[in-house]
Amino acid sequence: MFWTKLKRVFKSGFINFWRNGVVSLAAMLVVSATLFVIGSIVLGNALTKAALDEIKEKVDVNVYMRVDAKEPDILALRDSLSKLPQVSKVEYVSSEEALAEFKERHKDNTLILESLEEVGGNPLGATLNIKAKDPSEYENIAKFLESDSALAPGGASIIDKVNYRQNKLIIDRLTNIIDSAHTLGYALTLLFILMSVTVTIGTIRLAIYTAREEISVMKLVGASSNYVRGPFIVEGLMYGVLSALIVVVLFYPVALWVGSATEGFFGGINLLTYYRSNFFELLAILLLSGSLLGTVSSWLATQRYLKV
Amino acid sequence: MIYFDKVSKVYPDNSIALDSVSFPIEEGEFVSIVGHSGAGKTTLLKLLLAEEKPSTGTVFYESQNVHELKSRGMTDYRRKIGAIFQDFRLLSGRTAYENIAFAMEAAGKHDKEIEASVPDVLELVGLENKIWNFPGELSGGEKQRLAIARAIINQPDLIIADEPTGNLDPLNTHEIVDILQKINELGTTVILTTHNKGVIDSLKKRVITLEKGKVIRDDKKGGYIL
Repeated sequence: MFWTKLKRVFKSGFINFWRNGVVSLAAMLVVSATLFVIGSIVLGNALTKAALDEIKEKVDVNVYMRVDAKEPDILALRDSLSKLPQVSKVEYVSSEEALAEFKERHKDNTLILESLEEVGGNPLGATLNIKAKDPSEYENIAKFLESDSALAPGGASIIDKVNYRQNKLIIDRLTNIIDSAHTLGYALTLLFILMSVTVTIGTIRLAIYTAREEISVMKLVGASSNYVRGPFIVEGLMYGVLSALIVVVLFYPVALWVGSATEGFFGGINLLTYYRSNFFELLAILLLSGSLLGTVSSWLATQRYLKV
Repeated sequence: MIYFDKVSKVYPDNSIALDSVSFPIEEGEFVSIVGHSGAGKTTLLKLLLAEEKPSTGTVFYESQNVHELKSRGMTDYRRKIGAIFQDFRLLSGRTAYENIAFAMEAAGKHDKEIEASVPDVLELVGLENKIWNFPGELSGGEKQRLAIARAIINQPDLIIADEPTGNLDPLNTHEIVDILQKINELGTTVILTTHNKGVIDSLKKRVITLEKGKVIRDDKKGGYIL
């Protein structure tokens, strides 16, 4: 009997959906609008994350070694830095490489090149280029470099200069911007979702309000609450699933249109490429939130009229 | 079978719909409840259907206090009652067939049984040609006959008819009362509320008269006296 009842509930839900064409369409439009907001937030977050990652990638700290520092000591320091949990990458640039790079950079400036000849030898020390996993970790890395752990085995300092203190202001500001962007993103996401969910629940409640009399009749005829509620839940599910399909298709021209523009702005990520490679993930998110929205709204709306 | 034990109903606006009403109804009886508008007839039936709760007193159905029934018990109880209303209360979005089928589906009947019984009952009330019409496409008399078909399809023990002829012309009224009498002759208890003097006088059955929420007369074979 369970399967017979389930079949009846689904059939009745489909028929109601079809017969209440205008109401179904209105409810679907509202659910679609909500899902569009949710989808935009998902895509927007991906873009913002890519842009922030790009900015984070540009932040680093250079450790300038003394000219007389020995290469094994520098390499030992590099290894101990690599072992720090906060560090994502340490790049070693030897003094020769630093000189070659310097010459290459100033190859058009004869005055500088002549002065270099004048000095003789290699006045440049080696450099360690450090990238942290998160910009906020540079403070700790800088402290490590200033501590005794960074000294050569003999106790002598091999570090000439760390440019963290000079860059601190910019790094701190960037860290703040990234944090605020995250907080603002979450707050906006929550606000938008809350707003659209409220509107959707209201609309579905209105759609079911027109059927309140029928709900009480069904109860008086001897139908159980679940049997009365079932078709409405199925209808809600249909609003959600169909809206999710509409919205995911709708995002294609949007991604196409916005795609090339976002590539330049968000540093390398193209919305269309992202849409294509994450299509099923996006579809799953939309289907899940649409179904949840439709069924929970219907459940809440019918609950009120079932108390007969 | 049914016993109203000192039942009172006071609505939130302090209007007294029923005032300490007590009477029994035996199995197989045909009871008409008469009274002016606002005398408490509809409230009485709503209490019996557990659509409303009494302020004080108890409504018993076979020694069960109907207002103590929980969801499952309530559903089972309501399946024993067929209800007919003045405003028909049909499911407007469903065809005549589906309206009847719904009552059977709700009672857990199998598809084959539904397919066989629905056309029969529609024929019984003379709606065999309106089987796929929606309620909006039926006349008042046809709607009420459809409501009766829905009420009797599950062979209930009790039929409650709340002013079933209130919106009908004399010819349709006569037909509806005829059908109710036939149902009663087959052993189903019928409770009918009405204003219609002609109906009461022709029935020659038990009449309970209500006035301002009180039972002022209970005649075994009464007429319409107010």
